[in-house]
Amino acid sequence: MAGFNSELAAIRFGCGLSPVVDAPRSIDTMLQGLQSADAMAQTFPIESFDTFRETRMKAVAAQRKILKENRGSDIGKAARKQRNVLNRIARTDKGRWLGQNLLRRSYTEQGFFERLAFFWGDHFSAQGKQGLIRRATSPYIEDAIRPNMTGQFADLLKAAVLHPLMLTYLDQHRSVGPNSAFSMRKTAQGKAAGLNENLAREVLELHTLGVNGPYTQTDVTQLAELFTGLTFQVNVGFKFRKDMVEPGAETVLGKTYGDQMNRAPVLAVLDDLAVHPATASHVAWKLAMHFVSDTPDPALIDHVAAAFQATDGNLMAVYTALLDHPAAWQTDKMNFKFPVDFVGSACRALAIPPAPIQAFDEKGMQNAISTPMAMMGQNWQLPIGPDGWPEEDSEWITPQGLSGRVRWAMAVPQVLQPALPDPREFVDAALGSFAPDAVRFAASAAESKTEAIGLVLASPAFQRR
Amino acid sequence: MMTDAVSRRTFLSRTGLIGCSLAASPLMTPISFAAAPWDTRLVVIILRGGLDGLDAVQPYGDPAYAALRPKALAGGPQNGGIDLDGHFALHPGMASLMPLWTAGELGFVHAVSTPYRDKRSHFDGQDLLEAGTDTLAEGARDGWLNRMLQAVPGVQADTAYAIGRGDMQLLKGPAPVANWSPDADLTLSPQAERLMDLLMQDDPEMHAALAEAQMLSEGGGGGMAMADDGGEMMMAQMQQASKGASHRKIARFAGQRLRKDARVAAFSLNGWDTHQAQGRNLTRALERLSETILTLKDTLKGPVWKKTAVVVMTEFGRTARENGTGGTDHGTGGLMITAGGAVRGGRVLGQWPGLDSGALYEDRDLMPTRDVRAHAAWVMRGLIGLDTSVLENSVFPGLDLGDDPGLLL
Repeated sequence: MAGFNSELAAIRFGCGLSPVVDAPRSIDTMLQGLQSADAMAQTFPIESFDTFRETRMKAVAAQRKILKENRGSDIGKAARKQRNVLNRIARTDKGRWLGQNLLRRSYTEQGFFERLAFFWGDHFSAQGKQGLIRRATSPYIEDAIRPNMTGQFADLLKAAVLHPLMLTYLDQHRSVGPNSAFSMRKTAQGKAAGLNENLAREVLELHTLGVNGPYTQTDVTQLAELFTGLTFQVNVGFKFRKDMVEPGAETVLGKTYGDQMNRAPVLAVLDDLAVHPATASHVAWKLAMHFVSDTPDPALIDHVAAAFQATDGNLMAVYTALLDHPAAWQTDKMNFKFPVDFVGSACRALAIPPAPIQAFDEKGMQNAISTPMAMMGQNWQLPIGPDGWPEEDSEWITPQGLSGRVRWAMAVPQVLQPALPDPREFVDAALGSFAPDAVRFAASAAESKTEAIGLVLASPAFQRR
Repeated sequence: MMTDAVSRRTFLSRTGLIGCSLAASPLMTPISFAAAPWDTRLVVIILRGGLDGLDAVQPYGDPAYAALRPKALAGGPQNGGIDLDGHFALHPGMASLMPLWTAGELGFVHAVSTPYRDKRSHFDGQDLLEAGTDTLAEGARDGWLNRMLQAVPGVQADTAYAIGRGDMQLLKGPAPVANWSPDADLTLSPQAERLMDLLMQDDPEMHAALAEAQMLSEGGGGGMAMADDGGEMMMAQMQQASKGASHRKIARFAGQRLRKDARVAAFSLNGWDTHQAQGRNLTRALERLSETILTLKDTLKGPVWKKTAVVVMTEFGRTARENGTGGTDHGTGGLMITAGGAVRGGRVLGQWPGLDSGALYEDRDLMPTRDVRAHAAWVMRGLIGLDTSVLENSVFPGLDLGDDPGLLL
């Protein structure tokens, strides 16, 4: 029976092997590590959403106001210019935060933590749709995801769903009860205001029960009515607007939620959805698929789902179940790394120094990281829909995607690590005892160091986990 | 370019790529260079996110329409729509396609849908649209366009192209299909290419994909000398890749391939999930679609365009009523768009169900009056000459083809 293997733990559940950071010694150390302080957030900081809102979004809003009041004049022109500067800085910082993310992956001793941060950030995928907030996905993950990954799933769910980025992404902040005070006022003015069921649907379909879960269109609409009032304002952050709330109680999955004009009924329905058996199965299946295999052993899914249900979604219990099941350590059906995991584990194996990647300007980051990752199929933090990135290997093993990986592996390592290692030693650093003979041979037979490193990184042994 | 027999043979012998794992590569299977199996061209475009058909082709002549779209989404000629036939008006985002409409090279089918109902999930909706089955229960993992290719003889490695960075479920399956993005060219030194081939031996899936990448790259898979500056060269190539609007690049690439041996191309366009600010967002999306169609026309040139049918489909329509945020939510009945010299356009087809409250599906969505797959099937029947029985049993299992809607000339 398969079981814990230190190198496999780093490759499959962590950010890969490193020449300077040891692989996990045991399942216990992996689990303990999740609950220790978020050291990487200190070493390679990323702005919190609240700071992002408080400083940048407020500043842009202020310039927009000046511009609106002084259109055409010099004051207006200066405001427009200032707004564009703020936008450019945020764009550059979005790239910089991707660099910080790769550095965290390169140096963390808690690789599983970084992988979970990506997993949950993707499960609760959110992005800004217009203006400055388009750069705020990393700050959202910093605030809503990273601090909430080791408690109850319900708390993670609430942190993500009620977050301003999610509310704006899925149009909740504009959804208004048709019979609310706000709606009456608008109707009297001849303007439109009403329900938008986007967030409600995705909470049921993606975040909790799953698309095969036991819900109907009526549940979606009722939940959308229940969600009315959840809004976001640049000046204050999350804001509950009583005047937008649809009066009356709503019934979701057969249970009726009160008609209070506050967040209580919303929190109650999220608490209930978070512990629903369908949610347990959905989350267990997704974890097993993401970390272990496209076709995970049903026994593994059941084991994780049972732990979820037995503890009402205690995430430490869920991770423990994931790691202590023998099927989690199988090596016949290896998963294929997502582009960010491929690039991140390459950075880790190369032990890239922080300086070059932190020194990139906007263009430099695009050339070395963002554009190549988009070619590999992952336009960073811009998945097509709220379902995030596809888990299936076949979505990533495409000619165009592999071409992007090979091109990156041949060209970019020397930019990120000016002192490229000896390729033969690099094989050990990157693959350890998982290095096939063919990779060792290729590393020694290539014509140049850059090609040798590129071949090691492009090898199936490195791209799978 | 990898279009002539010589370069292909050179590629195969030089790289020694004829190995057992390569049997899995679509480009490797039938190595013969006979003429293409048929002469017409089919382009399928999937609009991901759910196109609002009621805004793209506005039924302003329906007495219930104005009340459903009273504010942000008010349509019809008095609100900037371009009158098509006294009943329907075209969204101004497609104004650039009016010459095609006038020439009979642009048509619409209203109130169509897949069999997908009620849950209104994009992701399941798209899976079903591309699988072409009645339900997702059987877990059919190939796409209907691939099953079409399986049903016709003489399909080659480059007969059909799935284009773009993402994958197209629509074309997945046993029949050979080339997957490519126009900016993904790969050039390796001969030595790196040989070593890469060695590394991939034990991983058929990756081996096949990479071999296809080399095959499809301009220059047909390397041989380009890359000394120590190889890295910088590839870096420069990657930077090149990011320039230009992707929908036009995709359309141009599709057009170039279709002018040669390719007969089928499929790709998708995003940006149709207009829950809010639809006025602005749908205009942009429709402009991109229009540019895509016009780029295809320009690239295909006259004679090939005359033999081409473009079929544009989406996973579902949107709610008949505008929502509270100047947009629309997920619905049911939707719109299919046809274009090309081979289509009999200039008409809005489809049995119009009306928009009265009682006529709507679940009092919310446009009622679908016909399966969109039937229209796709009739296009393939006319274009490629497939038998009705093949279409009803293999391509779209269980579908009743019904009467010929006369979509083609």
